[in-house]
Amino acid sequence: MTALTNHAPVLLIAIPLLGAFAVPLIGKLGRQARNTFVGLIALITAAFAGLLAAHIFGQAGAPSLYVLGGHQGFGIPLPSGLSVPIRIILEVDGMGAFMALITALIMLTGAFFSFSYWKERSGGTLFYSLLMLLTAGIFGMELTGDMFNFFVFLEITSIAACGLIGFRVWLKTSQEAGFKVMALYTLSGLFVLLAVGLLYGQYGGLNIAYLASALTGSTIDIVALGLLLTGLALKAGAVPLHMWAPDAYGEAPAPMSAVLVANSQASLYGLFRILFTLFGLTISVGALGWILIVLALLTIFVGVTMALIQNDIKRLIAYSAVSQIGYMLLGVGVGLAVSAAKPDFGFVAMQGGIFHMLNDAACIGLLFFVSGVIIRATGTRDLNRMGGLAHSMKWTSVLFIIGAFALAGVPPFNGFASKFLIYEASFKLSPFLAVIAILSSILLLAVFVKVFQAAFLGAKQEGIGGEVPMGMMVPMVALALVVIVFGLFPGFFVDKIVTPAANALWYGRDAYIGLVLGGG
Amino acid sequence: MNGISSGFGAWNPIAWALLFIGILVVGFFVRSRGNAGYKRGTGQTKVFLSGNEEPDASAALHVRGRHLYWGMVEGLSGYYRRVKELHTGVLSDYAAWFVGVLAVVFVILVLVR
Repeated sequence: MTALTNHAPVLLIAIPLLGAFAVPLIGKLGRQARNTFVGLIALITAAFAGLLAAHIFGQAGAPSLYVLGGHQGFGIPLPSGLSVPIRIILEVDGMGAFMALITALIMLTGAFFSFSYWKERSGGTLFYSLLMLLTAGIFGMELTGDMFNFFVFLEITSIAACGLIGFRVWLKTSQEAGFKVMALYTLSGLFVLLAVGLLYGQYGGLNIAYLASALTGSTIDIVALGLLLTGLALKAGAVPLHMWAPDAYGEAPAPMSAVLVANSQASLYGLFRILFTLFGLTISVGALGWILIVLALLTIFVGVTMALIQNDIKRLIAYSAVSQIGYMLLGVGVGLAVSAAKPDFGFVAMQGGIFHMLNDAACIGLLFFVSGVIIRATGTRDLNRMGGLAHSMKWTSVLFIIGAFALAGVPPFNGFASKFLIYEASFKLSPFLAVIAILSSILLLAVFVKVFQAAFLGAKQEGIGGEVPMGMMVPMVALALVVIVFGLFPGFFVDKIVTPAANALWYGRDAYIGLVLGGG
Repeated sequence: MNGISSGFGAWNPIAWALLFIGILVVGFFVRSRGNAGYKRGTGQTKVFLSGNEEPDASAALHVRGRHLYWGMVEGLSGYYRRVKELHTGVLSDYAAWFVGVLAVVFVILVLVR
């Protein structure tokens, strides 16, 4: 078990990556063999994520190092005489392990939901191959300790995500969304690469720990920070850089929309890692905090108000997902803004923002799955042509209510627990922030009341079958259980996994650097 | 273990759930003490539409998605007109937003350095 745990960081990337290339071969043996293989890959990957998380949280979120290429590496002397070891470093701390758990949860439920959802459709082999590739890329972004590798994994997620968004090539809207996302993800990736190049040119290294120890706050550093912040904010879907998100989440197959949200969260994680670990709260912390707060308020308000006027159920949930990215940004932004004056409240805000990442993944995943079920039953995404589903799909109705209440922050579901921390800490900085956040949550509840009224209430419609197959029901119930359990016992999860994750960003910079460079 | 504290306030979902269940129990108790003269399928259960007969076509009575919050959306029409205009669907516009945000972030970071 110890050996497995030790190798978990690389296996989390390698297993889905190999799976992505093996799926087309296994697919030749038939649908059943392919689904069994994908299911096994998903289960094994999730088990390794669990092992890694248990190990990291067992040591209170302290970082662990995994080196590919030997601890010493092999050096190539530069003309300057500096010998840089050539090796790949994966560094996992509480925050990385926390993100790995989120990715594993969404990937696992998404894969199993897809087995039934994609049953009658063709192209499943490519679909699962892209899912595995996307998963490998997301894990890579979350576990790497190297800026260039971060860029490479960012690009892997971009390519796989574009494939999944434009997967239904017979739909013009799907192709258009895939093209738009491809262009904007490329733009984001280019600017991230430019920033990485600037840092490499300035300091001659790419390792995050090395760069963190070497940064001097020069103009080049500031430029690199601006490029990274904007590039990753685009990929996270922060307003006004969110324009691709409703198209992407809306046009991707329903289970993949949930995985795309996990992909956006990985970019958000990258942003937090860069702000806290790479730049280490040394450069204009207050200004950075307020930049995030402004982006957060725009994201929350525009996201939720745009959701209110949507009549396409997928786009409605997509805008709701955009608004939730704002709450995460608000928590971390408030944390940065008050880090000097009120560090205790800053830490609570951080806890809220980080906790909301997990809560949002579970709720929005559940809602996207339910939207897939609704579209499958009615054959339309238009809310104006739906109604009466509660007559024949009672369990789906209940699951929708759980997901909607949780996302809108209704107690006692998990969304309320994380939003409670964000509201309280935001209020301490400025009551205006808390008012916007609470008002937007109320509006979000109104958005889901609209969906419930339009899709589930009303007279029973002809031609609607019964409940969904068990294969789709089980992943939805699993996510609903996460929503309920995390909502009823938030203290336990905040203590065990959220606080170590927040600690890793807030206090863990020296330990992160020291583990690679020594002296930590 | 169950609850969380922000240092400013506290939230305990188990206590909240117990209170919620308690209120439900009281509610059901009060209801059980009410008049049991309710007769299903009689005039008592009919929808009262200002004394008019209830139309039979129940499906036609369903309020569709686009009709919900009409008043609110109409009241915010100025806001929605501007926000919708920003969502042009044109890729170059989205790239322009990226460049604009990048410029603002640069200016802020350089100014407060």
